[in-house]
Amino acid sequence: MRVSFTVNGRAETADDVWEGESLLYVLRERMGLPGSKNACEQGECGSCTVYLDGVPVCACLVAAGQAEGREVRTVEGLAEGDRLDPVQEAFVECGAVQCGFCTPGLVVQAHDLIERIPRPSDAEIREALAGNLCRCTGYEKILDAVRLAAARKAAAR
Amino acid sequence: MRMEFLRPATWAAALEAKAAMPGAAPIQGGTDMMVEINFDVHRPDALLDLNRVAELTRWTTEEDGRLRVGAGVPYTRLIDELGDRLPGLAQAARTVGSPQIRNRGTVGGNLGAASPAGDSHPPLLAGDAVIEVESAARGVRMIPAAEFYLGVKRSALRSDELIRAFWMSPASGPQYFSKVGTRNAMVIAVCSFAIALHPGERRVGTGIGSAAPTPRRAVAAEEFLAAELDWDARLDPEVLRRFGELASEAASPIDDVRGTAGYRGHAIGVMARRTLTWAWNEFRSGHPGRRAG
Ligand code: FES
Ligand code: FES
Repeated sequence: MRVSFTVNGRAETADDVWEGESLLYVLRERMGLPGSKNACEQGECGSCTVYLDGVPVCACLVAAGQAEGREVRTVEGLAEGDRLDPVQEAFVECGAVQCGFCTPGLVVQAHDLIERIPRPSDAEIREALAGNLCRCTGYEKILDAVRLAAARKAAAR
Repeated sequence: MRMEFLRPATWAAALEAKAAMPGAAPIQGGTDMMVEINFDVHRPDALLDLNRVAELTRWTTEEDGRLRVGAGVPYTRLIDELGDRLPGLAQAARTVGSPQIRNRGTVGGNLGAASPAGDSHPPLLAGDAVIEVESAARGVRMIPAAEFYLGVKRSALRSDELIRAFWMSPASGPQYFSKVGTRNAMVIAVCSFAIALHPGERRVGTGIGSAAPTPRRAVAAEEFLAAELDWDARLDPEVLRRFGELASEAASPIDDVRGTAGYRGHAIGVMARRTLTWAWNEFRSGHPGRRAG
């Protein structure tokens, strides 16, 4: 089947999509957007997190056809041109990235958190990131990055 | 094998599609269904996408005062918008998966899957929820939650029916939910327990999760409290003890990868005593019976 939706502000169409295919597969394999990662395909790891109509979801659990006509924003759509989003900058600066596989999902999820709660408490950060697994960093530097990004975004407001 | 993708825009069209193809699997948040498809566990004739049926994502207060919550209201909205009126269900919703899962997952999906471990079921049972289902041929059926669950992943829903909503009265007394798992997120319940005080009727509702082939009420434990609980006094330790014992006896758990039958039976008794204590403290003091955290 044919599936059309908006990705990072651009209208995209994919043809010959299998009816059971996930949004994640369509993004990565048919639209050339491999930023969202595929690690578990069962909603356990959060590495495929994208915005669907402004709400973070696991792209592996959205059927591609369900995205028809809707708006998707992936990690590729967070930067403005060459300027990284403050969340991305903070991840780099804090050393919150090791192998990097979990990073896109964490960045999108942290981005949403700071949009909703500009100065999140540590408990709120932990709760927001509870569905994103990282097997490298031990999470401390990720928490540092989210605190830093929140502080910078608050200062810029 | 070929599979179809059906995208009805209205509830009437969804019912017609389901009637024409009873093997079509409804998909709402996809948090259960897509796992089965990704891992090739289940290959339905068609996916029946309900995301475009707008009325499923709404809730209303009906004339009799009950809430009618559309099957497509995601857990996140349930918590934000109805947490004050359905506190037991909201507590259970907070333990579902992760934020991303709660943004998509719905009570309707939990009911459709009818897993004994589904987190919504115990509070639906304790709060006397009624499930509204509908078919094009026979119209609406209202099924009390206690009659909805028939077996492991089997419910009273017929092959031409879809779940429209659940009905539940706003809490008239304290409600609590407790769940055993290995961590605080991304956990399928080892077992769970929900309690709802109905002070007007001098009655306590219960729900047991993941400790029997279906979610179920602890009927003997409820009847015991209806007979023995002194609503104007502090909680009698002997009544509390016996309540836990009867709740535990109401379970018929199995051994599996998440826990043993013996552990589950024990934990149900502990959670029954704990939740009743929290609820009773709140009822007597007017303040939450359990510290947040
Ligand atoms: S790949 Fe989607 S949650 Fe793991
Ligand atoms: S950096 Fe390797 S999984 Fe997180």
